[in-house]
Amino acid sequence: MKARLVLAATLVVASGALHAESTLNAVKAKGYVQCGVNTGLAGFSQPDSKGVWKGLDVDMCRAVAAAVFGDASKVRYTPLTAQQRFTALQSGEIDMLSRNTTWTLARDTSLGLNFVGVDYYDGQGFMVPKKLGVTSAKQLDGATICVQPGTTTELNLADYFRANKMTFKPVVIEKLEEVTNAYFSGRCDVYTTDVSGLVSTRGARAPNPADHIILPEVISKEPLGPAVRHGDDQWFDIVKWSLFAMIEAEEMGLTSKNIDQQLTSTNPGIQRFVGANGDLGKMLGLDNKWAYNIVKQVGNYGESFETNLKSLGFDRGLNRLWTQGGLMYAPPVR
Amino acid sequence: MRWRAAALQALLVAAVVFVVWALATNTAHNLEARKIASGFGFLQREAGFAIGESPFLSYSASDTYARAITVGLLNTFRVAVIGIVLATVLGTLIGLARLSHNWLLSRLATGYVELLRNVPLLVQLFFLYAVITENLPGPRQALRPLPGVFLSNRGIAFPVLESHPAHAWMLAALVLGLVLAWLAARWGRRRQALTGRPFPALSVGAALALGLPLAVFLAAGAPAAVSRPAMQGFNFHGGAVLTPEFAALLGGLTIYTAAFIAEIVRAGVLAVDHGQFEAAYALALPRRRAMRLVILPQALRVIVPPLTSQYLNLTKNSSLAVAIGYPDLVSIANTTMNQTGQAIEGIAIIMAVYLTISLSISSIMNWYNKRIALKGARR
Repeated sequence: MKARLVLAATLVVASGALHAESTLNAVKAKGYVQCGVNTGLAGFSQPDSKGVWKGLDVDMCRAVAAAVFGDASKVRYTPLTAQQRFTALQSGEIDMLSRNTTWTLARDTSLGLNFVGVDYYDGQGFMVPKKLGVTSAKQLDGATICVQPGTTTELNLADYFRANKMTFKPVVIEKLEEVTNAYFSGRCDVYTTDVSGLVSTRGARAPNPADHIILPEVISKEPLGPAVRHGDDQWFDIVKWSLFAMIEAEEMGLTSKNIDQQLTSTNPGIQRFVGANGDLGKMLGLDNKWAYNIVKQVGNYGESFETNLKSLGFDRGLNRLWTQGGLMYAPPVR
Repeated sequence: MRWRAAALQALLVAAVVFVVWALATNTAHNLEARKIASGFGFLQREAGFAIGESPFLSYSASDTYARAITVGLLNTFRVAVIGIVLATVLGTLIGLARLSHNWLLSRLATGYVELLRNVPLLVQLFFLYAVITENLPGPRQALRPLPGVFLSNRGIAFPVLESHPAHAWMLAALVLGLVLAWLAARWGRRRQALTGRPFPALSVGAALALGLPLAVFLAAGAPAAVSRPAMQGFNFHGGAVLTPEFAALLGGLTIYTAAFIAEIVRAGVLAVDHGQFEAAYALALPRRRAMRLVILPQALRVIVPPLTSQYLNLTKNSSLAVAIGYPDLVSIANTTMNQTGQAIEGIAIIMAVYLTISLSISSIMNWYNKRIALKGARR
């Protein structure tokens, strides 16, 4: 609600000048990237026991900070619910949104956002308690289903049940903690969200993870990725290529461990990537070591996936590199 | 002098108009510059999301945003109207209990007021919701406090009469009965004023208001088919269900607002000078009539204005429904804003609706307040 009022107020009061200002200059002037993340989704964005934010989405924020400042720690996080996230970005409260957000046409256009790419290919699934004895989503006619409002999940859910001529009762709660509590307390028969969210919730919040199963049906495409505001192409490019640099680094075999040795590599592709040769960084308006800094401080995409998601039981699946049969593909960094 | 005052006021109005105009054009410009959609055209588009409860209006995901928001509005009304009635009854009882000479009763009432008035409503809502969903069993192991009634973490399922055309006629008969009761009471008062003979308005009124619908019911052949809830698949089918979200919100709003109303009622009764009781008894009025004719009218003058604020508070507080998942106006408007990205329009709808509701409640209460105000004090 607060974010929404801020947005309404900003749009009503702000002068046109605010819009013309470059996000890169604004970020440099304040000295950090303000990044919108989830309120706590293990593996994507969640503070650890010391209060340090960790996760795949968080690593996207850190990569941008590394590219801009040469220091991945220059990020401040704004935890956002599904309903707050777009208004926070539209109003300028955050510089980028990296919060397991699905890229759709409506969001890309009428919401005034630009999605920079995909950092996790996902799909929507259903989780049910094992003791219900349900084995397929087709058996869910009449079930009570917990879902977060303002998500593509909520729309896909209604579509799926309409298409299959089934009915359901939604229990719609905004905060992730509250909606998962409602499911685990038995208020709902089913909890639905992206499969990544189901795996993460089951692993991190279920009293006994083995009591819950994820049904085999994946009912939608959910390409998750970071987004920025419409109208600032330079900032759009920076966030987009920070993501691609992480994917490209994995493909080139560059890791946070070996990149220092690769600084002196004679491979021209690697020379360009680490900034020993060419002006790729300058073209983005950044230091030429931008990509080196990302890989050195944050790691490549595979490393980020490994540290954040593997331990929770995630499979690389669709998110393998294209060379290994997955969908992760970066345009040439040259 | 008068001319200068008029010129100043005209200037002020012009300034206000200019500021509003500047804000509006600036908003339109900013939305345009950011390529954010604007206008109310989205209201006619398909909403595409489901809503958990819509007891008065049939709704499905293929309906429009306008209909979805209407469902939210009706849900807000449902909880606000029932909440206002229950909070008034409970608050009056607690307020009178606090005035009681019974030590235990008055201390309990004091404890109730002090505890519930000073704990934030949001906390109370979370607490109630957690009590309901965490403590009650699942639908398959539902408790049965009464035959046919099932209590589970899906809410209370209970039997209801199946709807029948005669029921609408019974409702019409009830309205007719109430009107007749009112007319009879008026006639009785006038006769008493003229002749001094009292008229049993209450019992005659009750007979009219209840007897007429009963007569219609019997004439239609007593259509009392009952729809009973039964466990089938995942949930109860048949009967009616009060969801935990509704129960928690209604309970929270009622007991929180009742604590404030109790204090208002207590203040109203204490505000009537003790001499008024004594004067009424000196005229040999029986206790109940002394209360009704002398004390209550004076107490109500003190009670009604702050009571209006409490009714407004309760209605506006119902927007906390968002936190526990009751689909009220704000919850659905929020979802709409999120799906369409049109925050300014959404906020405008919410503000307009709450403003309308609040102004309606105030004008009704102001009308009532005028009726009971001291006639000489009327301005």
